[in-house]
Amino acid sequence: MIAYIIRRILYAIPILIGVNVITFFLFFVVNSPDDMARLHLGDRYVTQQAIDNWKAQRGYDRPLFWNSEQRGLEQFRDTIFFDNSVKLFAFNFGQSDSGRDIGSDIRQRMWPSLAIAVPTLLVGLLINISFALLVAFFRATYIDVWGVVICVVMMSISGLFYIIGGQFLISKLLHLVPISGYDTGQEAIKFLILPVLVGVISGIGSGTRWYRTIFLEEIGKDYVRTARAKGLNERIIYYRHVLKNGLIPILTGVVVILPLLFMGSLIIESFFSIPGLGSYTIDAINRQDFAIVRSMVFLGSVLYIVGLLLTDISYTLVDPRVRLES
Amino acid sequence: MKTKALPLILLCVAVFAGGCSDSPWNNPYPDEHAGKRIYYDSFSERPKHLDPVSSYSEDEALFIGQIYEPPLQYHFLKRPYELIPLSATEVPEPEYYDEDGHRLHGDAAEEEVARAVYTIHIRQDIRYQPHPALARDESGAYRYHDLQSSDLKDIRSLKDFPHAGTRELVAADFVYQIKRLVKPGLHSPLAGFMSKYIVDLGGLGQRLREQPERGLPVDLREIEFAGAEVVDRYTYRVHLKRKYPQFKYWLSMYFFSPVPWEADVFYSQPGMKERNISLDWYPVGTGPFMLTENNPNRHMILERNPNFHGEDYPVEGMPGDREKGFLDDAGKSMPFIDMAYYSLEKEAIPEWNKFLQGYFDTSGIISDSFDQAVQFTAAGEPELTTEMQNKGIGLLTAVRPTIVYLGFNMLDDVVGGDSERARLLRRALSIAIDYEEFLSIFANGRGIAAQGPIPSGIYGAREGREGINPYVYDWADGKPRRKPISEARELLHKAGYRDGRNIETGEPLVLYLDVTSGGAGSKTLLNWYRKQFDKLGIQLVIRATDYNRFREKMRKGTAQIYTWGWNADYPDPENFLFLLYGENGKVKHQGENTSNYDNERYDDLFVKMRAMDRGPDRQAIIDEMVEILRRDAPWVWGYHPQAYSLYHQWYGNAKPNLMARNTLKYKTIDPELRQAKRLEWNQPVLWPLVLLGLIIVLSIIPAVITYRHKQRAAVK
Repeated sequence: MIAYIIRRILYAIPILIGVNVITFFLFFVVNSPDDMARLHLGDRYVTQQAIDNWKAQRGYDRPLFWNSEQRGLEQFRDTIFFDNSVKLFAFNFGQSDSGRDIGSDIRQRMWPSLAIAVPTLLVGLLINISFALLVAFFRATYIDVWGVVICVVMMSISGLFYIIGGQFLISKLLHLVPISGYDTGQEAIKFLILPVLVGVISGIGSGTRWYRTIFLEEIGKDYVRTARAKGLNERIIYYRHVLKNGLIPILTGVVVILPLLFMGSLIIESFFSIPGLGSYTIDAINRQDFAIVRSMVFLGSVLYIVGLLLTDISYTLVDPRVRLES
Repeated sequence: MKTKALPLILLCVAVFAGGCSDSPWNNPYPDEHAGKRIYYDSFSERPKHLDPVSSYSEDEALFIGQIYEPPLQYHFLKRPYELIPLSATEVPEPEYYDEDGHRLHGDAAEEEVARAVYTIHIRQDIRYQPHPALARDESGAYRYHDLQSSDLKDIRSLKDFPHAGTRELVAADFVYQIKRLVKPGLHSPLAGFMSKYIVDLGGLGQRLREQPERGLPVDLREIEFAGAEVVDRYTYRVHLKRKYPQFKYWLSMYFFSPVPWEADVFYSQPGMKERNISLDWYPVGTGPFMLTENNPNRHMILERNPNFHGEDYPVEGMPGDREKGFLDDAGKSMPFIDMAYYSLEKEAIPEWNKFLQGYFDTSGIISDSFDQAVQFTAAGEPELTTEMQNKGIGLLTAVRPTIVYLGFNMLDDVVGGDSERARLLRRALSIAIDYEEFLSIFANGRGIAAQGPIPSGIYGAREGREGINPYVYDWADGKPRRKPISEARELLHKAGYRDGRNIETGEPLVLYLDVTSGGAGSKTLLNWYRKQFDKLGIQLVIRATDYNRFREKMRKGTAQIYTWGWNADYPDPENFLFLLYGENGKVKHQGENTSNYDNERYDDLFVKMRAMDRGPDRQAIIDEMVEILRRDAPWVWGYHPQAYSLYHQWYGNAKPNLMARNTLKYKTIDPELRQAKRLEWNQPVLWPLVLLGLIIVLSIIPAVITYRHKQRAAVK
């Protein structure tokens, strides 16, 4: 298995280089260093000299990919791309275009993202699995039919509606929790209730439908029939056998997104003014801060690759039939 | 079972513990804030710069305006806006000298003046806010000016430094800051512009850039600079290359506020940057407030500066100010509040709802909520809706010192140039594009159609009948009335087009509007523009692009018609009229004249006008310049937006001042009234939760019955 993991890590390197090249290319197609300088310096009274100084300070006065004025390896090394990309592989994110240390900002902002994402995931899993088991248990009854109808309706509603509706109902009409904001420690709880609730409810429709399908598939298998033939109680069949086997695809699906929980939620963080990494990324895109965008895309890619690797490993843990071999 | 349930019980206790306090459940602020004189407001975006040499935007001025004190400020109540001293003892009068160094009269012509000198005396009772950069030990040496990396291992923010100190403000701090305008790495947006006026500023920038190349440290105190000098401990001089009366307005901006050299030494030490500890993040000033928490991801907190020199509320205002209560605090010592708490609010809807719940003291009005807040009387005057009045909310309106316009590129072959044909075409379009309708549809009536480049309330703008643009408006029933579209068609006919077609060739007239957005949200607006042009039979093609490409088009002069705006730096007509001065042409000179308008007579008058003091002679020149512009119509004059702001009954001295940025010190708060209203407006409503619980229980019962029935049923 170790050889397999090493091989997967080595595969990740060209993928990350490719992601870097694409991000770099797309960003600089839209924004030239001059555009970035103008955005940071403002529209008024800015001279070309000031723009040149800004670019020189950040190394944006060099060629993008190839420096024909240099010789040998320096032709590649003395470029914006090389200077901005290689350090990323050592997780040295450098400084944002506004002069802030990106690594420090990421370390600070990942906690609010996690504070929302982890409870949303756990509570969502609990509710979705419970609801899915319920509708599976009552399959082909009015509970199943109405459960599926409600799920489809909930899936069809935009996430934005849940956010605005939740803020309107829970905060504005019922005055139960603050509309938006964030704090640390115990004070954070009152700010997290609503975004977590919104995150959970908005995911019930799709989650329940997916898990219901998994459980229905399990229910039709031979071991369930055998268990029934042995005279086992339905509750035991569902909770001890069906749930256990159904958890294999559920867990592997969850493991892949675990690392990405750090990255935060773009819309929820924005609407609830949560200072997480999702809003950090959105702000950077709006400000055309390439250094942050590049770092966040790189980090997201790394975490996604880690997620896929963990998924493979988790298969071997939950299903003894699976073996990872190089 | 009990062990498993414990965390859940603790969570519920923690959540509902809030319900036992005097604070509403949905209160987003700490309970200990209750009853304190704290001002609550919001911001939507992290300020990019808090260093006064780099900061140049409204959202940053919200903070640094309360921290830094430039030599001058605007009178809070008087209109037109009037400069008064802040850290200076008086508003400086420039001295003019000719080439030979002879002193000239104050009204000397611009071409005679070879040097203008501003001598500024500062107050002797000003001290900086407590700050580690100024902390000294028992021997008098600076505690934190020689830090090693190991000294910073437990330092995460400025608060982690155990000691803070202060010192007296001296004239050298102002000179130091002027030098910082061109310090490499600080990227002051004003560096290039001010280098045209301040003696040797450009040269200083060059010398500073060369210092590291020569292996020399960059210490601004040691570097020679002819543009500013310290006369004595409390006096300094600024030398300008030419007569520039508008310079005094710049002295009210943060670019010219004092910065202690100790701050630069402190922040430039190794390890500070990696910890994001910089002057751009932790300002050090002399103003009434200091930034005690800078966490723009959540909130920013300003607290009263214990070393503030003190300042009294103005005793004079405008007629009507006393009746409105704006002089109730006359002569009292400021500031009136102890803290200002700014929360991050990225979205407008939560922000608006929080204002209605009493968690923000003031608010603007978003378009979606405009009808909920404001209605118009039969006379067209705005007033608050009954819902707002019942809450005791107040409304204030003011015309912004801003113009939003539709510009013609004067280098364009069709709409540009000095020919009578093009002029008539532009004037026809000026009549056809109905900005009164625009304001009604897209701005809820929040603005006034512009009659020229100078907004109402700025010196030089004419009011009433003599202020209308006679090429676009008639004066009828005591107000301007847009000329009928038939007159526009007639002008278009004279320009060589009939029903939108060239009379000679029969070709349809197709014009191009360059805009920065083509998304679904702007579709209605762009269709409206098409409709305006269609009144004359002219086809309008929208060329939508992103802002970077749009700016590039403007720089290269490839746009034909465009929309843009300008917000005044200072309340002088020069700051608007220079937008059409030939020497400021965007294509030729990379200036702010985006239409590339070039009129010799106008330029001559501009040069005269900018060097004159206010008076009838200057007004006459301004009138002639505005007349030239109206006749040539390089812009369709667009509109001047109006600021509508709402405030709660516990918020005092709310008079809007759209030029001043340091207005927080004038504001008052009644915390008891606010707390009472918050409790009244935010009582938790629990019955829907009980109802929901009942519904869930009731819906479970049939499932339980079905389950039991299923369990007991015989196998079929």
